[in-house]
Amino acid sequence: MTKKIGDVILDVQNISLRFGGVKALTDISFNVKEHEVRAIIGPNGAGKSSMLNCINGVYTPQEGSISFRGQTFKHMNSRQVAEMGIARTFQNLALFKGMSVIDNIMTGRNLRIKSNLFLQALRIGPAQREEEEHREYVEQIIDFLEIQAFRKTPVGQLPYGLQKRVDLGRALAMEPKVLLLDEPMAGMNMEEKQDMSRFILDVNDEFGTTIVLIEHDMGVVMDISDRVVVLDYGKKIGDGTPEEVRSNEEVISAYLGTSH
Amino acid sequence: MQNTFPRLLLDHAQRRPDAPAMREKEYGIWQTTSWAAMAKLVEAIACGLHQAGLQRGEHMVVIGANRPRLYATMLAAQSIGAIPVPLYQDAVGAECVFPINNADIRFAVVEDQEQVDKMLEIRDRCPQLSHVYYDDPRGLRKYDEPGLGALEELVAAGLAYAKIHPELFREQVDMAQPDDVAAMFFTSGTTGNPKGVVHTHNTLIDRAAVGTRFDKLTEKDEVLAYLPPAWIGQNIFSYAQWLVAGYVVNCPESGATVTIDLKEVGPTYYFAPPRVFEGLLTTVMIRMEDAGALKRKMFHSFMDVARRVGPDKLDGKPVGLVDSVLYALGNIFVYGPLRNNLGMSRVRVAYTAGEAIGPDLFSFYRSIGINLKQLYGSTETAVFVCLQPDHEARADTVGVPCEGVEIKLSETGEILVKSPGLLKEYYKNPAATAEVLTADGWYHTSDAGFIDASGHLKIIDRVKDVGRIKGGAFDNAMFAPKYVENKLKFFSYIKEAVAYGDQREKVCVMVNIDMEAVGNWAERRNLPYAGYTDLAQKPEVYELIRDCMEKVNADLSRDELLAGSQISRFLVLHKELDADDGELTRTNKVRRGFIADKYKVLIDALYGGKTEQYIETQVKFEDGRTGSVSATLKVGDAKTFAPVKAAA
Repeated sequence: MTKKIGDVILDVQNISLRFGGVKALTDISFNVKEHEVRAIIGPNGAGKSSMLNCINGVYTPQEGSISFRGQTFKHMNSRQVAEMGIARTFQNLALFKGMSVIDNIMTGRNLRIKSNLFLQALRIGPAQREEEEHREYVEQIIDFLEIQAFRKTPVGQLPYGLQKRVDLGRALAMEPKVLLLDEPMAGMNMEEKQDMSRFILDVNDEFGTTIVLIEHDMGVVMDISDRVVVLDYGKKIGDGTPEEVRSNEEVISAYLGTSH
Repeated sequence: MQNTFPRLLLDHAQRRPDAPAMREKEYGIWQTTSWAAMAKLVEAIACGLHQAGLQRGEHMVVIGANRPRLYATMLAAQSIGAIPVPLYQDAVGAECVFPINNADIRFAVVEDQEQVDKMLEIRDRCPQLSHVYYDDPRGLRKYDEPGLGALEELVAAGLAYAKIHPELFREQVDMAQPDDVAAMFFTSGTTGNPKGVVHTHNTLIDRAAVGTRFDKLTEKDEVLAYLPPAWIGQNIFSYAQWLVAGYVVNCPESGATVTIDLKEVGPTYYFAPPRVFEGLLTTVMIRMEDAGALKRKMFHSFMDVARRVGPDKLDGKPVGLVDSVLYALGNIFVYGPLRNNLGMSRVRVAYTAGEAIGPDLFSFYRSIGINLKQLYGSTETAVFVCLQPDHEARADTVGVPCEGVEIKLSETGEILVKSPGLLKEYYKNPAATAEVLTADGWYHTSDAGFIDASGHLKIIDRVKDVGRIKGGAFDNAMFAPKYVENKLKFFSYIKEAVAYGDQREKVCVMVNIDMEAVGNWAERRNLPYAGYTDLAQKPEVYELIRDCMEKVNADLSRDELLAGSQISRFLVLHKELDADDGELTRTNKVRRGFIADKYKVLIDALYGGKTEQYIETQVKFEDGRTGSVSATLKVGDAKTFAPVKAAA
């Protein structure tokens, strides 16, 4: 079971990010190759989410640049990033709690809907055809994530683990090239973590989606990622395969050394 | 009628090619496979299996949930004279080893990655297993094990092969004889290895046809297939009877969506074990308690009418005019919407079997107009032995012997059956076959029972569990522990019961209270308690349980045969019986012998006339830790009644 890892798709070069006097990230460089599962780990406050937010266009770093599929950019807003094919999920779910699972995932198709608001509102002609096409894609995601039983359930009524799955579904609906997952397994029990790991690997497998994830559970990280970046106090202290990271002295003292 | 399953399929495909044969919900939409398309698919898979080397007479396993393509695979195997062996999809890998090796199985067609992983895991123990095909390719893209392939590829190969050999499929189908083996079902033996029950086309088709005629099933009926296809019941309902009656089998999207799919399909012919009916009723009751006051009031008053009138109406007995009007109103406001909510608006015939069903539960469904009935049968009898006719449904019998069936009782009270649907043999197990199938053609069910005055069969217990009372007021009376336990468990307050009495002078019982029901009951009475052990020993709870015991006793005293099984003494256990502690089997049946050994002091207290007894027990928690529970248990006495002689 070997998979094909391609060329560098996302290249982060010398990123530094400051909030006033607080240095969130200092001179971070790493790259992500196509089709790989790349993990970013580090203790609390290490700058992991800030890193994702930089890639995602939410924060604009003061220094450094990010290249995505050969294009280098410095200032990007999140919509442009999304249009380029980078999707993300959130650490603290940002779903529409009162809307059904289908509608929530459908919002992920937003960028791909071509017909104008007027036609959509009336559901006539091309708008209806288009909606059916999008619905079909959403159904494939529902099937993929095994949430058929909850299609019409308001998301707010679902247990946390399932909400996380819906969040992933919405990101997948964008048909992203790169998927950024911010702590996809936080607050889950063992079984939910196993399920989520399987879905992440399946996404990576079936759709060839490149995955960048932040995760605290070391067992999960070591099991599912191809390469790992380790941050500590905004600095990169390690980078390599799980085995390499595990045996890196600096990493051990900063992070893995503490007993869990 | 056609006499093999593949011929039945081709007959439907020829007579009504465009009629729906199966539906499967996928991507939120019910996708239909017509009989013609089904026949094409079967031909393709059959040719595919043939060119891959599956031989006539060879066995092949099929593992997965209810999927049209897996049913097509079973038909395909039968078309080329091979024998499908469905295995339970939730069995762990190790449990599949015995059947696969027992039947020298080389070919497996499975549903998805989960099942493929299972097959690969046991491969080193089943070296002959050389071909594994999967229906759903998800997650399997990167697998490159030898002999593993997609069903899709097999279909493509089959189509290519059929182009070159267009006659093969027909020739193969024509070769089959009705006496050929059609399928094999493994029964989970409680001890030792499972046994392969061998059935021919004849036995299965005969029984399926009897059931079909009995309930007048037609091509227009609809069935939802949601129980494991490896269980013969599901196989009869969604395979044998599907082909015989030609109705539509609907496959739910997944296990979790069954209730939603049930509502959408609205089956007309429905089967569920008692626990499913119980679960549905509980959901309804909980939702009713949460409803507004007006709705609740309406529900309860109309349910009173239903309880009084409904069963009689279904049984075709005359009902007074006022009651008729009330019932009709109730039907508009309550029963109709309720049936719709349960997904049973269109149910014409519903069956339950497998375990005893509580009278309240049974009459609830009948009272709201659902024609729920019971049947009796087993894997070895291809299900149909006894069926309840439409106007004679009762909670405590399993119906009258159906067409072709002869029933008699042995001296030990065991039910013996003669029927055209009896198994051919246990596979490679002549000793076991000889034990149940005697030379004179009688099948020994190992169930104890009797035929009551109205000609209905009544099941009491397993023969080996039926004992005798020794000494005391009921000397030498029959003692049927499970019968007593079931009667107790029908009370919502009692979760488990273990009855003792064989070779003793009286019957004593240990029970577990149902924490939820009794807890609720206590709360409503402002009875404070701290957890199970405390609640179980409250004098008020003992009164409650004593009341249940005496109701059971009153009921038993009316039964000439079982009057001696009345309960004299009882106690409420300090801990819940648990499979983790070995007290229950994994299927939640009480292990009477084990419990008697473990709680010997309690048994001694019950029979020694003590009024209380201290006990300390080790318990295993779910996370593997152990702890201990101790308590002083009270022993209660229950009133017994003099047997009432039946008028007849």
